[in-house]
Amino acid sequence: MAVLNVNGKSLQANADPRTPLLWVLRETLGLTGTKYGCGIAQCGACTVHIDGVATRSCQVPLSSVSSGKKIVTIEGLAQDGKLTKIQQAWLDNDTPQCGYCQSGMIMAATALLAAKPNPTDADIDAAMTNICRCGTYKQVREAIHAAAKA
Amino acid sequence: MTIQTSLGRRGFVVGGATVAGGFSLGFSFPHATAQAAEVQEVNAWVVIKPDDTVVIRIARSEMGQGTLTGLAQLVAEELECDWSKVTTEYPTPGENVRRNRVWKNFSTGGSRGIRESHQYVREGGAAAREMLIAAAAAEWKVPASECSAANSVVKHGSGKTATYGHLAAAAAKLEPPKEVKLKDPKDWKVIGQPLKRLDTRDKLTGAMIYGIDYKMPGMLNAAVKACPVNGGKLKTFDAAKVEKMPGVKKVVSVDGNTVAVIADTWWNAKTALEKLPVEWDVGKSGNVQQDDITALLKEGLTAKEAFVGNKAGDVDAAIAGAAKKVEATYAFPYQHHVTMEPLNATVLYTADKCEVWCGTQNGEAALAAAAEAAELPVAKCDVYKLMLGGGFGRRGRADYVRQAVLIAKQMPGTPVKTLWSREEDMLHGLYHPTTMCKLTAGLDAQGNIVGLRVRISGQSILASLAPQSLQNGMDPATFQGFMPSGPEAAYGYNIPNLLIDHAMRNPHLTAGFWRGVNVNQNAVYMECFMDEVAEAAGVDPLEYRLKYLKPKYAAVLKAACDKAGYGKPLPAGHFHGISQVMGYGSYVAGVSEVSVSPDGVLKIHKITAATDPGYTVNPAQIERQIAGSFVYGLSAALYGEITVKDGVVEQTNFDSYNVMRMDEMPEVDCALVPSGGFWGGVGEPTIAVAAPATLNAIYKATGKRVRELPLMHQELKKGA
Repeated sequence: MAVLNVNGKSLQANADPRTPLLWVLRETLGLTGTKYGCGIAQCGACTVHIDGVATRSCQVPLSSVSSGKKIVTIEGLAQDGKLTKIQQAWLDNDTPQCGYCQSGMIMAATALLAAKPNPTDADIDAAMTNICRCGTYKQVREAIHAAAKA
Repeated sequence: MTIQTSLGRRGFVVGGATVAGGFSLGFSFPHATAQAAEVQEVNAWVVIKPDDTVVIRIARSEMGQGTLTGLAQLVAEELECDWSKVTTEYPTPGENVRRNRVWKNFSTGGSRGIRESHQYVREGGAAAREMLIAAAAAEWKVPASECSAANSVVKHGSGKTATYGHLAAAAAKLEPPKEVKLKDPKDWKVIGQPLKRLDTRDKLTGAMIYGIDYKMPGMLNAAVKACPVNGGKLKTFDAAKVEKMPGVKKVVSVDGNTVAVIADTWWNAKTALEKLPVEWDVGKSGNVQQDDITALLKEGLTAKEAFVGNKAGDVDAAIAGAAKKVEATYAFPYQHHVTMEPLNATVLYTADKCEVWCGTQNGEAALAAAAEAAELPVAKCDVYKLMLGGGFGRRGRADYVRQAVLIAKQMPGTPVKTLWSREEDMLHGLYHPTTMCKLTAGLDAQGNIVGLRVRISGQSILASLAPQSLQNGMDPATFQGFMPSGPEAAYGYNIPNLLIDHAMRNPHLTAGFWRGVNVNQNAVYMECFMDEVAEAAGVDPLEYRLKYLKPKYAAVLKAACDKAGYGKPLPAGHFHGISQVMGYGSYVAGVSEVSVSPDGVLKIHKITAATDPGYTVNPAQIERQIAGSFVYGLSAALYGEITVKDGVVEQTNFDSYNVMRMDEMPEVDCALVPSGGFWGGVGEPTIAVAAPATLNAIYKATGKRVRELPLMHQELKKGA
């Protein structure tokens, strides 16, 4: 039985230590906001923060995060129903289409803005390698710039 | 966080609220509870709660394209309701059957959500408004003609007012009006507005429930592996080797060609499936190589027999007598949908009931597939639609629903979610069909086209998915964009002698409807070739096209060129390419601005669209569909290619099937030029102009005609 620090809470996860964090979050802890898209760290839909670093959770075994590392998922961003300024910028800009990749996009953008509060387009290109098949890239870029100004 | 507790069979949890019977977006209640005392169904399309919340029923599926919001705008326009109080819900396909198809077609493909239901959903909104007015008039004992409705309030000349929430119960008891008059477009207040989508917030917090996220008490999870060669069979498997692995409950054969491991979690099911020894009978397609497919299509380019899709005059005589002949052959590969959410469906089967929870583009087809697989009457089955993590045509077919039912049928009484791995999804797609095209044009001494011959060779989608719909063997959809007339995908050029035909050649992969469908490659063939012909005639590609284009096509092409500044100076090394097409009832054009570095690196700087969809229901969402269409179309042009080795698709995941990412995203601009009087779709047509405009710009930059996609295989370096 592993104990994980997820969104500020200590949660017990009964799963094989080799299980990817993505599936522990989704199936053991019921946190389905983190999405499965490829399972090989290509698409970014499963992006979470581990000690503040945007990380593709499909490639992180449970055993490597069960020692008090701070995990934040999409469910852990808004506090008491109040969206973060990044989520708010996403809302104001009507950013998602199907929305499936957007959890990962928002987690990646949140880490980017924490590191670089005023990112350039080149910074965005380098940090935002998540795949969106609906093609919301234009709106994502605009929302990141808007959040930086907010 | 959502945790499943002790719910009844039909109950489930969405964001902490328990609902039953159907799925709704934005936390409104589904139909089963909508009939409870406090909530009034005014008619099939409109439910009004005492607090004035307006729940608009949406039959089509939302998959990112914005149809949910657009359809709600159409109803709200006529209903005269307060938009800030609008929510939506899906009726179930089973409910549609029980109510004599009151919501008509659920199918969501071909960009037809709005263009094929605008009339009856507006009539639904108008009828509900008339009933609310009649209810107020009856309460006040005044003629209905003295009352008016606006912003969810009915008013009488005397100053009396009543809210929709107050009137709904009485209105619901009234006979619906026999006829309603719809508003003149000049009076629209909601249609045409760039309103925000209604389904955004939950997509930002992880609360939105997609099919893959759905949970039920006691639910098990299935991982599946079908014979890697399409058409092959399952020979044997050794369940004993994995039955003791963690969480494994059962290993089952499905449909004679698939094996499934059912376990407590999907991860455990997948882990066991990977260890399961399986033997396949790959069948006759097990030795098919990519070269065989290429050869098959090449042979069709010159074959005698072909289905004629468009014919005018005597093309052979015209070309034989031409002063100059231009000829080129193009090729278009198989492509994959790669919806971000892998295919899945959750099924609860018992001996007398079968229920399915999934994302689907066609709830009615999913219901039919479920009933057939369950061997139960349709009345004992239903499908509860969940949000789709992308559709693009893939979720229009219910193969994954059928499979999930066949698996759950082997665990009666236990809900089972079947989820495909990305690898399974890549191997068992409904691929965009592969075709080739040979085009021959005859020009007179002045460079005018006197005849055009277009031979398409390749796969038919209908032959794969609906052979009963072939017309004397012909697949009319193959000619999308080349059709002689009609509101869908008519050819835009007036050319005196013309022959467009199709030699059907069907390799063993299953072809399917892929966002944009056959307009995509037909636009590459025609629009790139038009540039070749214009060059042979010594005329600018825009000017040359305008000589032959019908008025609406010409207008939209000019609008795109004006917006992009075509013909005006560009930054050094930048070049424009153009294209146009009519698809899904809309006229679209594109201008691509590219540069190619001396060592062959392509950069698409900007792409400009113009769209005439007749009416624009929500310009903000249309702009998003245009930008998204460019991503979809350019991803395919740059990287999209499915190939076959030993009968098996070679690409397995995003590492071998690349798509465009943010760093490659060009600036997008668009001109919406609605000319009114018709309703065109916007989810697909712009895809088709992305590739040809870009290929035409690449020619100007490099002098190289790219006639085969994807671009990643093309050497664009100078002198190469």
